[in-house]
Amino acid sequence: MRGLDLDYMLGLVPVILGYVPLTLGMAAAGMVLALILASLLAVERVFRLPWLDWAVVLFISFFRGTPLLVQLFLFYYGLPQVLSVLTSIDGVTAAIMGLTLHFSAYMAETIRAAILGVDRSQWEAAQSIGMTQLQMMRRIILPQAARVAAPTLVNYFIDMIKGTSLAFTLGVTEMMGAAQKEAAGSFLYFEAFLVVALIYWAMVELLSQGQKRLETYLNKAYAR
Amino acid sequence: MISIRGLTKSFNGTAVLDGIDLDIAPGERVVIIGPSGTGKSTLLRCLNFLDHPDAGRITIGEVTLDAARATRAEILALRRRSAFVFQNYALFANKTAKENIMEALVTVQGRPKAEAEARALEVLAETGLADKADSYPASLSGGQQQRVGIGRAMAIGAELMLFDEPTSALDPEWVGEVLDLMRRVAARHQTMLIVTHEMQFAREIADRVIFMHGGKIVEEGAPEQIFGAPKDERLQRFLKRLTH
Repeated sequence: MRGLDLDYMLGLVPVILGYVPLTLGMAAAGMVLALILASLLAVERVFRLPWLDWAVVLFISFFRGTPLLVQLFLFYYGLPQVLSVLTSIDGVTAAIMGLTLHFSAYMAETIRAAILGVDRSQWEAAQSIGMTQLQMMRRIILPQAARVAAPTLVNYFIDMIKGTSLAFTLGVTEMMGAAQKEAAGSFLYFEAFLVVALIYWAMVELLSQGQKRLETYLNKAYAR
Repeated sequence: MISIRGLTKSFNGTAVLDGIDLDIAPGERVVIIGPSGTGKSTLLRCLNFLDHPDAGRITIGEVTLDAARATRAEILALRRRSAFVFQNYALFANKTAKENIMEALVTVQGRPKAEAEARALEVLAETGLADKADSYPASLSGGQQQRVGIGRAMAIGAELMLFDEPTSALDPEWVGEVLDLMRRVAARHQTMLIVTHEMQFAREIADRVIFMHGGKIVEEGAPEQIFGAPKDERLQRFLKRLTH
């Protein structure tokens, strides 16, 4: 039993904080791309295009049914052996791609449920006034679905931030990778990983506060 | 001029509309009555293609389509010739009363926003809801929501207004205000096709009453004739049940 080396930990904080932009950047990029992909997948699942539906079902099933770590390894270490265009892919890009595909599968299900949750009669009202399907989705259905899905999607964003730590296994020096390197030099593994844990925790707590505000705002929506 | 020929629709092999022929003159107010499940609402929904008819021809003004092979563009064109009032109001929950009315004018008809807003406020004043322009549906009573629903249909300026049991979902206290508004719509010589169980109202407002039974038009005529001297035995039984 030894005491914590607090001085070492305090010194490490700014070092790890220096990698926060990379972590948040990967998560933000993954989130934006996943939202776009998930919306497309969800809309397809709602309208069930006959020549595409099976592929979307398969996609969602695969990316929900396999671990994120396995998917990342498959992309980064596996695929380049089969597809030579991918040999030059760097770890950050591979991590963002993996996070995007993985989380889009989950988010698609959330968005699909939110779309189908919009009262059927509003779909009919939109059709009855002569809206095209695109107009109906854009102006009536998706805005309401977005409000329903938003709190859950923020949860996925939190998951995604934590998921970026796996990029370390692809050789990316992000927060986790930096802590690992520091610890390897100082042998103070406990301190190094505690610092990185506390910084993740603080980031997620900050986001959770924002999420609570968002929920309060969404709950009073349309009630004026 | 509205003309329907040989309209049929079946759900899971059961014929709900069994060859409907119907002409409606401009400005005419036609009320459809009949027992539940005889296809009254389905007829209205088919005219708006909320349900797709299996066969038949529908003409509303300059748009004619053959139901069996209607294209997406034809369906849109037909829908834009009519306006639908729903039993459960079906207001857009993410839009205020004013925006609900503006939506078709801006998005579908492509009118400038300012013009659409002016028209929406005008319509809201007619429905007696000028002070609710910025209220969301969730904060309106059932009667108020249905008046907005009627306002949304009025604003479009459609050749035909379809009313699908507009007072059936309302608490009794709100029925009167909705019927009053429909009387005001009728007073402007708007062509109306109304499905309702309000027989007193039907008698008062209709130019012609249609009795449907088993997916067919069994009897039609002036309200005095239908309610005063019904010929078909099924109509006689239907009316008897209502008065007892």
